[in-house]
Amino acid sequence: MIFLVIFQIAKASEYVSVLRGEKKAREQANKINGFLMLAFLVFGLAGAWYCNELLGKETLFPQGSASIEGEEIDNMFMWTLLFTGLVFLATQIALFWFAFRYQEKEGRKTVFFAHSNKLEAIWTIIPAIVLTVLVVMGLRHWFKITGDPPKDSMVVEITGQQFGWTYRYPGDDGILGKKNYKLINGGENNPLGQDWQDAANYDDVLPTNMYLVTGKPVKLVINSKDVIHDVGLPHFRLKMDAVPGIPTTLWFTPKWTTEEMRKRLNKPEFEYEIVCDQLCGASHYSMRGIIKVVTQEEYDAELAKLKPNYFAAFPDKDPSTKKEVTPVADAPEAAKTTVALVENKMAVKPTL
Amino acid sequence: MSQETIIQSQGGAVVTPAIHHEEDHGHHHHEEGFVSKYIFSQDHKTISKQFLITGITWAIIGGLFSVFFRLQLGYPDSTFPWLESILGRWAEGGKIKPEFYYALVTMHGTVLVFFVLTAGLSGTFSNLLIPLQIGARDMASPLLNMLSYWFFFLAGIIMLSSLFIQTGPFSGGWVAYPPLSALGEASPGSKLGADLWISSMAMFVVSSLLGGLNYIATVLNMRTKGMTMTRLPLTIWAFFFTAVLGVLSFPVLFSGFILLLFDRHLGTSFYLSDIYLQSTQTALPNEGGSAILYQHLFWFLGHPEVYIILLPAMGMASEILATNSRKPIFGYMAMVGSLFAITVLAFLVWAHHMFVTGLNPFLGAFFVLLTLLIAVPSAIKVFNWLTTLWRGNIRFTPAMMFAIGFVSLFISGGLTGIFLGNSALDIHLHDTYFVVAHFHIVMGVASFFGMFAGVYHWFPKMFGRYLNNTLGYIHFWGTLVCAYIIFWPMHYEGLAGMPRRYYDFSIWESFKQFGDLNQVITIASILSFALQLLFVFNFFYSIFKGRKLDTKNPWNSTTLEWTTPINAGHGNWPGEIPEVHRWAYDYGKDGVDFIPQTQPVGAEESKGH
Repeated sequence: MIFLVIFQIAKASEYVSVLRGEKKAREQANKINGFLMLAFLVFGLAGAWYCNELLGKETLFPQGSASIEGEEIDNMFMWTLLFTGLVFLATQIALFWFAFRYQEKEGRKTVFFAHSNKLEAIWTIIPAIVLTVLVVMGLRHWFKITGDPPKDSMVVEITGQQFGWTYRYPGDDGILGKKNYKLINGGENNPLGQDWQDAANYDDVLPTNMYLVTGKPVKLVINSKDVIHDVGLPHFRLKMDAVPGIPTTLWFTPKWTTEEMRKRLNKPEFEYEIVCDQLCGASHYSMRGIIKVVTQEEYDAELAKLKPNYFAAFPDKDPSTKKEVTPVADAPEAAKTTVALVENKMAVKPTL
Repeated sequence: MSQETIIQSQGGAVVTPAIHHEEDHGHHHHEEGFVSKYIFSQDHKTISKQFLITGITWAIIGGLFSVFFRLQLGYPDSTFPWLESILGRWAEGGKIKPEFYYALVTMHGTVLVFFVLTAGLSGTFSNLLIPLQIGARDMASPLLNMLSYWFFFLAGIIMLSSLFIQTGPFSGGWVAYPPLSALGEASPGSKLGADLWISSMAMFVVSSLLGGLNYIATVLNMRTKGMTMTRLPLTIWAFFFTAVLGVLSFPVLFSGFILLLFDRHLGTSFYLSDIYLQSTQTALPNEGGSAILYQHLFWFLGHPEVYIILLPAMGMASEILATNSRKPIFGYMAMVGSLFAITVLAFLVWAHHMFVTGLNPFLGAFFVLLTLLIAVPSAIKVFNWLTTLWRGNIRFTPAMMFAIGFVSLFISGGLTGIFLGNSALDIHLHDTYFVVAHFHIVMGVASFFGMFAGVYHWFPKMFGRYLNNTLGYIHFWGTLVCAYIIFWPMHYEGLAGMPRRYYDFSIWESFKQFGDLNQVITIASILSFALQLLFVFNFFYSIFKGRKLDTKNPWNSTTLEWTTPINAGHGNWPGEIPEVHRWAYDYGKDGVDFIPQTQPVGAEESKGH
């Protein structure tokens, strides 16, 4: 319907223009469009401002970066926004203003202005300088966050699979035990393929959420079991792909506990969400993980509740079910010597 | 080469090229038969129309797909029973299934990037304008040119067929990253759908190479007398560099696809390693491959590809802005230089798509530097376009409006590239709606605007009739406003970390707040789609019923294509090919409105540009 009406109007206006003479019709269309160019500029800029009022508060910037390393990223963003914003305003205003101002007028003489080395040099050199500033700022920070994590960092392993995350903590020995993807067996409580011949695995725990300590740097070791996933941490301003066969890492220092964030934002349901940022299949959109940032005490209490996955795989080794077995707490110490490792292998073998 | 000499020497008569001897004796003597004139035509003008109309068809399909998935994003809790009657089991109960949602997203990307904005844009206008603007009777090889179209057509047929198979079309995204694209068990779309997708893309690469080699050969060898390289219109420079980009980068993509096929069917491990599939509870035997290798091969084309899409639009916008400002393009040599710089740099920035893959940070630093460096030639182009408008006498033809819109969108989308090219900032913005907004504005909508500008400007050359202006103005203003309403707010979603390629955001505490906004975007995109249908209507209606052209040179343009007859036959000029005496931008020189390239330089005339 609307289509037909528009078409009829358009057709009619064409006939009218033929009747009135092409030149006149062109002059009129030119006037209208010249005016619309100016109107678009004004309403467009007003719209952009309105959009910012409406949506600016919904982004993550007002709440600040939840990691210390992310602060610099927010800072960089603001500087980049300042530079690009100025260029945006200047060029868009010039574009639509020129279009309006220099619309066709009877008898106007155009300027035969084909080039000017001076002008062209100016707008080659100025952008080059501004971009150099941005590159220097960006690379300094890039090398910092992609560099080595601080020595006192804790280590957490996160593994993606269709469609969820598995977390692994190294336990008291601070070492993540060896893995082999061929040993993965979900049904027998070995979702990551931990190699039970490596004693460093005996105390590794697999909690259902990721727990981090406020103010303590953490290094994430990122794996994938099947396709490429991506550990997206918008609140911390970080992300890194999870690639099967090629472990990746990232590190950061959380600033606020989940509870503190809930109070700051006045949003009791707030969570630090882990977002999968690489298309990984039909349920990609629901691949959600939770990070609980807590204090050191809460962290210790939470981790103490967890049983190493080793005991889930071998219930008979669990001291809490079978008291008479040699205390497994010794195992991590034993693992540090090769001799002990061999013994351990022998001990494990019959059960395999 | 023999063929080209024949065409050259025939002085305008319609020729049956010698090559016909080898292929088909059936229509040897009916050179003007329907089949050889409209279907298996070797006339570059007909082939260009074939590319354009096929491109329009694909644009409608690809656009419709985006309307479907925007419905899901805008109204995740509603059902649309009519969707089931169109999409059948993929939208049972009127709600699109996640697998099919991802198939729609994948097809939308593939179709728009390759079929519409590569073949539809550069296929159409390189074919139409290269011979006409350099003064040649046809392409260097009309036969390869025809084959280029038919390989594209074949690619389209294969892609289309994948929509109708049991396991569904490919759904791993237009980038088709393995292992997802390599393993049928990981996603139903990666079964037969992926094979068809890869085969279709392989045909498409062949088409692009045949076309591109031809464009390069034609521009370098077949310019008319006096048409030196520095007298070429900027359109030709842009098409030339576009073809160079394609010829050097598409083969790399092709090799990437072949290795992917090997991994899929021959048990090789180029991209696969350490994979355990939950769905089948099996560990795959593949070890030692790298999924990242594919990304390097893909983006080695993938990044030049965005310039393959953008450069023709830049070239046409330059030409149209100068013509309708009645002023020379400002800084011709700087414009050529910046096109060249963009072409070179386009090959050196691909890994900026891979900053979060675990790329070596030291290597990443070079890609940051080179990526931001590409903003310099882009800035030069923008400032030169603005100066071209300055103190002009602007005629707002629909083509001119779209060219101005192109510059506006190129600025808006180009500036956000400075955020994304800076690796530290990209870590936060990567794979969010900020990226979606960025590339849709700068490469999607901007290139579409360049393409529309081209269609409105050269439609009279193609069909001997005008498009309806009023519909053109409605089309322009509606599309410009809708484009900004759709993509401007997406930057904010991206700044909230909202990831792209999500089917539903309702479980996410961090992204729920954008429900209303997503509805607004959906409504704007439906409106925008309707406006494009209005254009399509205008296009087909005007081919048959549009106002007839009564002058050879409707826009008072200086370039050669307007010296041919209104409906030129195969061979373009009935007599001798005109000789060129000057550059393409003598508008307003010495107070004369315009001086065609064919006019010798007068004794009184002031020194050139």
